[in-house]
Amino acid sequence: MIRLLARWLATSVLLLFVVSALTFVLISFAPGDAARAILGAKGTVEQYEELRQRLGLNDPLPERYWDWLSGVLQGDLGASIFSNQPVSQIIASRIAPTLALVVGSLLFSALVGVALGVASAQGKGLLGRLTDVVSLLGVSIPNFWLGLVLVTLFAVGLGWLPATGYVSFAASPAGWARSLVLPVVTLGVGGVAIIAKQTRDAMGAQLASGYVSAMRAQGLSERSIVYKHALKNAAIPVTTVLGLMFVGLFSGTVLVENVFAYPGLGGLVVRATAQHDIPVVEGVALTFAIFVVLANLAVDLLYGWLNPKARLR
Amino acid sequence: MSAWRRFLRQPLACAAAGLVVLIVLACVLADLTAPYDPIKQDLLAANQLPTSAHWLGTDSLGRDIWSRLLYGGRVTLSGSVLAVSVFTALGLPLGLIAGYRRGAVDRVLGRVVEVIFATPVIIILLVVLSVFSANLSAAMITLGVLGFGSLFRVVRASTLAAAGELYVKAARAAGLSGPAVLRRHILPNLWGQVIVQVALFAASAILTESGLAFLGFSVKPPDPSWGSMIGEASNVLSSHPFQLLPPGVLIGLVVLSLGLVGDGVRDVATTRRGPSPAVPATPVAPAVPVKAVAAGATTGPGTGSGDAAGAGQGPVSGSGQATAAVESDGPPADPGLAGALGTVGRPARSQALMPAEDEGDDPAVWADQRTAGADPAETWLTVRGLTVEFGPPGRAVTVLSGASFEIRAGEVLGIVGESGSGKTVTARALIDLLPAGGRIAAGSVDYRGDQVRSMGPARLNQLRGGQIGYVPQEPMTTLDPVFTIGSQLDEVVRRHDRGAKAARRARALELLDLVRLRDPAAILRCYPHELSGGMAQRVGIALALAGRPQLLIADEPTTALDVTVQQQVLDLLDDLRVQLGMAILLVTHDWGVLADLADRALVMYAGQIVEVGPTEAVYATPAHPYTRALIAANPATAQPGQPLPSIPGQVVPPGSWPRGCHFADRCPLVGPACLSDPVALRRVGPGRASRCLLTDGPADWAGPARHESVALEVTA
Repeated sequence: MIRLLARWLATSVLLLFVVSALTFVLISFAPGDAARAILGAKGTVEQYEELRQRLGLNDPLPERYWDWLSGVLQGDLGASIFSNQPVSQIIASRIAPTLALVVGSLLFSALVGVALGVASAQGKGLLGRLTDVVSLLGVSIPNFWLGLVLVTLFAVGLGWLPATGYVSFAASPAGWARSLVLPVVTLGVGGVAIIAKQTRDAMGAQLASGYVSAMRAQGLSERSIVYKHALKNAAIPVTTVLGLMFVGLFSGTVLVENVFAYPGLGGLVVRATAQHDIPVVEGVALTFAIFVVLANLAVDLLYGWLNPKARLR
Repeated sequence: MSAWRRFLRQPLACAAAGLVVLIVLACVLADLTAPYDPIKQDLLAANQLPTSAHWLGTDSLGRDIWSRLLYGGRVTLSGSVLAVSVFTALGLPLGLIAGYRRGAVDRVLGRVVEVIFATPVIIILLVVLSVFSANLSAAMITLGVLGFGSLFRVVRASTLAAAGELYVKAARAAGLSGPAVLRRHILPNLWGQVIVQVALFAASAILTESGLAFLGFSVKPPDPSWGSMIGEASNVLSSHPFQLLPPGVLIGLVVLSLGLVGDGVRDVATTRRGPSPAVPATPVAPAVPVKAVAAGATTGPGTGSGDAAGAGQGPVSGSGQATAAVESDGPPADPGLAGALGTVGRPARSQALMPAEDEGDDPAVWADQRTAGADPAETWLTVRGLTVEFGPPGRAVTVLSGASFEIRAGEVLGIVGESGSGKTVTARALIDLLPAGGRIAAGSVDYRGDQVRSMGPARLNQLRGGQIGYVPQEPMTTLDPVFTIGSQLDEVVRRHDRGAKAARRARALELLDLVRLRDPAAILRCYPHELSGGMAQRVGIALALAGRPQLLIADEPTTALDVTVQQQVLDLLDDLRVQLGMAILLVTHDWGVLADLADRALVMYAGQIVEVGPTEAVYATPAHPYTRALIAANPATAQPGQPLPSIPGQVVPPGSWPRGCHFADRCPLVGPACLSDPVALRRVGPGRASRCLLTDGPADWAGPARHESVALEVTA
């Protein structure tokens, strides 16, 4: 356990450093910089130079990164160049919708994907072919396009669900759930496809394994063999995939939140990028990286719980 | 080139590859293929559905969607090509170097890739796009850099594996330079996997490019790209939803096709040979040419008589008929051959005396077997004409042909034979537990008056474990690796005894004690991987005993164990039999194990019972040439300094069984009569039977090929 945590911590610190430094360096190369973006076309050269000085844009790059990093270590992510609002505040106000979206999509992919995979591993036939089709289409269709199609059908056409926006849970739990359905499905379909395929392959291998036939010979019920024993074994490789998917889900929010005008971090980062609002972009990148790192830890722990051989003593 | 041919044999992958090529060509040649200027507006013709003038309709500015798709494809596809180039240019050489050089280079690169994998790619891409003011090329190059890890890992792993191969080591030792080794010996084996990774990455590059374009980071309007067309369509989504379809479907089609091409290439790259026939549990030996006979005999003989061997067919009892029916032969499937046999001096078999047990086996054999056990009520298991097939109906392959035997109270019956003889299939068919694709095609299994084949799932589950216990072959793989022994034992105990938790735990401890595991309480807390093979097998036996079965099937219970442990497990089985009054069906390939434990021996060869009788008698005076060869090949009897005895040739695989004797092509005594017709089991002594035309009895072993005289003796 201690060793697992130590290894995770080492990898995580490295990852967070690389992501933040990479982002920082890249942004500093921007030909159009923040000062110009703020002033627009009207600003004079003097105003521009003065603003650059004030924003610290003339300092050498490592110094600027160090300033930012030491601030981060003290819990200060800086302030938005545009609104002057503290970045941590902006992120805090938008983190809940994004987390709801990502966690919802993860649950949706896991539940539907595992159900499809298990069902198709047992009886080939129609369900197997359905899983084939879903797992092929799910990874082929661009998710933002699927989102638009779903909006056309269920919001514009049938009027069952809101087309855009997010309702907070506190304001209306039912409204919250309704506002989540389309974004969650849109973001989760790719995951359903991947997990269904993985689960089917893993379940197929498990159902053909020695302990399954030994348990049948012991007269155990098919339900226990399939859903307790084979499924827990099959969950081991699926968990690994789930971890990799998590990174993809955060990336996916950028597009999906744009489709649904969803007030989360994904929409924020697109706008901030277009405005060269470095502190905001940095903050979001760091937030995403932290979530990824936490997800990796969760996957490692889940893996150890599922697989006694992987437990470090 | 044969790889090409294997790829071309996959219609779906080929069609997908064709479609990708077609779309790429159409886009590259957009100047020729597009009917309209992609940015020419025609507001009078705006928002049209497909017409003959505009195949895919027009957008909100009246521009031809079909033409815009073709021109837009140039942007999307060239961006993806750029990303794929960077991906390949980084992943392939770095993977080769890391796999070939190993050491520090490998470790550093591996670490870099690990970090890149956890990077939120799209955020970095957004940053790049903002830095290079919506320069898509820069973003696509970055995408290639951030993506190369998947190709790197695959190439590295294959290189690592290939570099360990002997021929590569030899080439290096012979002084071939590193690059030359890579080029000549390692790269040629890699192409398949590289193409798979490239196809998959190209698909994801197209999706990413489209996404960025949708966000407005691609070409500037009015120029088209696939993703930006989706963005434009989304603006008129409520009034003209159709415009959403063309770009989305096209992107989906290209990505789907690339995925299918990848799958197709992967199939070619990973399967070196064609698919092998699906006959589980039977190593498909290179077919030994079967002498002259087997024309058309694809399935084993005797399957046709399966129905007659069914449940209702009462055995003819009474030993009085034994002498009258000593002679028999196979079912006269071919009247011509039967007639020919008749001229050799055999009278046609009397139908009245033929109970059709299986392939015309002598009824007296079974009568004899039965009466040898004093009380018919003491016969616990009666098997008649048991026939097992694998594979889809119509193309099914028979792996067990008409087996008939019984197991009596408290006895140990040993089934012995080489791999592929049908021993395990026989054992598993008794509880209707055949591997996937297998089924009982004919025959009956009667457990103390209950027909196993007509049991419903609930009754069958009760039989399994409750009356018939099963100890599987590989102890380590027959325990669920992710549950403790305690949890697994408890589940089986709960299945049979509905007690309180404490009572169930006591029973579990009692079972572990029964199989003489020390410290049962500690074992309960263990996971299977924490046990030794011998301990795992004892747990396997404890699980099989949980339901207090009267018959224990032990399928090669000691094969996977160390020699020192084998004897302990055998002793345990023998003790348990006495202690619990069980009968045991012991499947083994080892005469030593058989002689140790079994009261009676059942010798199997190529899906048939070839000899049966009391173990000592069969061992001392084998009646069938195969039994004799098998005993002679027992390594325990080998002489120091002499080569290990073995039976020349291989077991005829199912599906290639000859019409006549299955052992004919390896038999030293074979003669023409052996090849022409199925051979029946014949009584050869008290409680003994053998499936051979040429040997009359246990002592009769002189000289080869005396079939004529044997035939005469038999009729006499």
